[in-house]
Amino acid sequence: MNINDKYEAVIGLEVHAQLLTKSKIFSGDDTSFGSPPNTQVSAITLALPGTLPKLNKEIIEMAIKLGLACHSQISPFNMFERKNYFYADLPKGYQISQDKTPICVGGYMNVEVNGNIKQVDLTRIHMEEDAGKNNHELDEHYSMVDLNRAGVPLLEIVSEPCIHSSDEAYAYLTEMRKLVRYLDVCDGNMEEGSMRCDANVSIRLKGTTELGTKVEVKNMNSIRNVKRAIDGEVARQIALLESGGVIEQQTRSFDPNDGSSFPLRSKEFAHDYRYFPEPDLPPVVITEERLESIRQKMPQLPWELADTFMNTFQLTAYDAKVLTAEKETALFFLEATKHTQNYKSLANWMMGEVRSIQHEKNRSLQTLGITSKVLCTLIELVDTGKLNSSGAKTLFHALVENPSKQPEELAITLNLIQSSDEGELATYIKEVLTKYPDKVAEYKKGKKGVIGLFMGDIMRLSKGKADPKITTKLLEEYLNQ
Amino acid sequence: MKVDDALIDKLARLSKLAFSEEGKEEIKRDLEKMFNFMEKLNEIDTEGIEPLIYVNEAVNVFREDVVKQEITREEALMNAPLKDEQFFKVPKFVKRT
Repeated sequence: MNINDKYEAVIGLEVHAQLLTKSKIFSGDDTSFGSPPNTQVSAITLALPGTLPKLNKEIIEMAIKLGLACHSQISPFNMFERKNYFYADLPKGYQISQDKTPICVGGYMNVEVNGNIKQVDLTRIHMEEDAGKNNHELDEHYSMVDLNRAGVPLLEIVSEPCIHSSDEAYAYLTEMRKLVRYLDVCDGNMEEGSMRCDANVSIRLKGTTELGTKVEVKNMNSIRNVKRAIDGEVARQIALLESGGVIEQQTRSFDPNDGSSFPLRSKEFAHDYRYFPEPDLPPVVITEERLESIRQKMPQLPWELADTFMNTFQLTAYDAKVLTAEKETALFFLEATKHTQNYKSLANWMMGEVRSIQHEKNRSLQTLGITSKVLCTLIELVDTGKLNSSGAKTLFHALVENPSKQPEELAITLNLIQSSDEGELATYIKEVLTKYPDKVAEYKKGKKGVIGLFMGDIMRLSKGKADPKITTKLLEEYLNQ
Repeated sequence: MKVDDALIDKLARLSKLAFSEEGKEEIKRDLEKMFNFMEKLNEIDTEGIEPLIYVNEAVNVFREDVVKQEITREEALMNAPLKDEQFFKVPKFVKRT
């Protein structure tokens, strides 16, 4: 038996999502990313004596939206607690977090893993403040502290240890990232650290239920690196147990350069957070009416849109999944369905030409300048035979360059409108057939493949405007005379 | 509650403090006194009484999500014992081994 089949991985994930508020959770400092160090701080962020935190109203609504989308219970009574630890990125000496009354309790998210649906259960989602950033490379003797990030609002989304492979973790994180982006609560940018993930990993013998000693792996800056870190940690633990070693409870930091990890702190130095209620922040009470008003405002969720795309617009499950991966694409598609009935063609355009030009130009749909109506006009030009597919692609690219132009006008200007004038076509066909008498003879003997040669020449003569379908029909008529 | 060396060491570690041997003995005596006082308070029957966390009954005290940049970086760094033009400086605390 393969040793990897002997063990089962048990993984719980903690996702930190920075909320898309303008100001911090307890003070008015700017939250935008990438500003010069320590330019977005306040007396509250610096924990100067006599300052008091005051809660940003938006946070509550964002937390509830995420909780409702994840089928969590929303706590009617919310306190904040102080999580005490001493670290340079946390001037107060404690982080304001939620311990006993997380705003969202329980819930789950369904994710697709290798064609199967896996339910990932959530333990809780709670509100807290982010800490500052330490830099240990800038100076030889000192660590440098930037407090711009200190006090940025976070939701910590904690899953149950119910994930059993790095593929499941990957699927769950992809889905969670998609959800927070759909809800406009977080931009999901793992490279910039606005969404972060820590993995709690343990292993046990297959068939047993007791949990093994867990190791926390931190500092993965992409979903792919979370997968790599989990694979690496599971392998490390299996190797350790197989060689007679013991797994030590510890926190490790992932190194993206080679996929390895190194220990940050072990259990003997584990924190004792000494939580106690934050008396400076009055409790937050969430009434049923408030919940209902947020429920009414909930946008369509990715899986709801995917269902609509399959049931109302007859798309395949694959197409629906691809088109709902990004909210902007999904909403564009939905809007476009008002202007066309050819949903399949619309889907193909969105997943093909539109997506590739977005990648090529690194632009959002919005800034690409193609409206859903223009795209649908283009589809109609193809459907009515006025454009062939290569002409449509040319027109599409021309429209991206000239977004103010009307598709049909531009097609005429570019001489792309397909000629279906049979008289003109007939001239080209005759010209080509006269040019290749021997090939015509071959065709008549049954070598039907040479028709491609004729087609190619006709297309050249018509400068690509000949409608292939009509041309083929006419050509066959002439050849069979 | 017994105040022993292990407890003092733990508290010292959590608060990033270091004591001399004499200091430790002194702290031990002080802490013992404090614990005895707390023990006295524990004699009071608090059965069924909710802990008092908030001194008034206000709930849902919010601020609007508006950016207000009230101090400059220069002001922010002004009182720091160690700094450069951009950062707070602290003794180096992470080294990759």
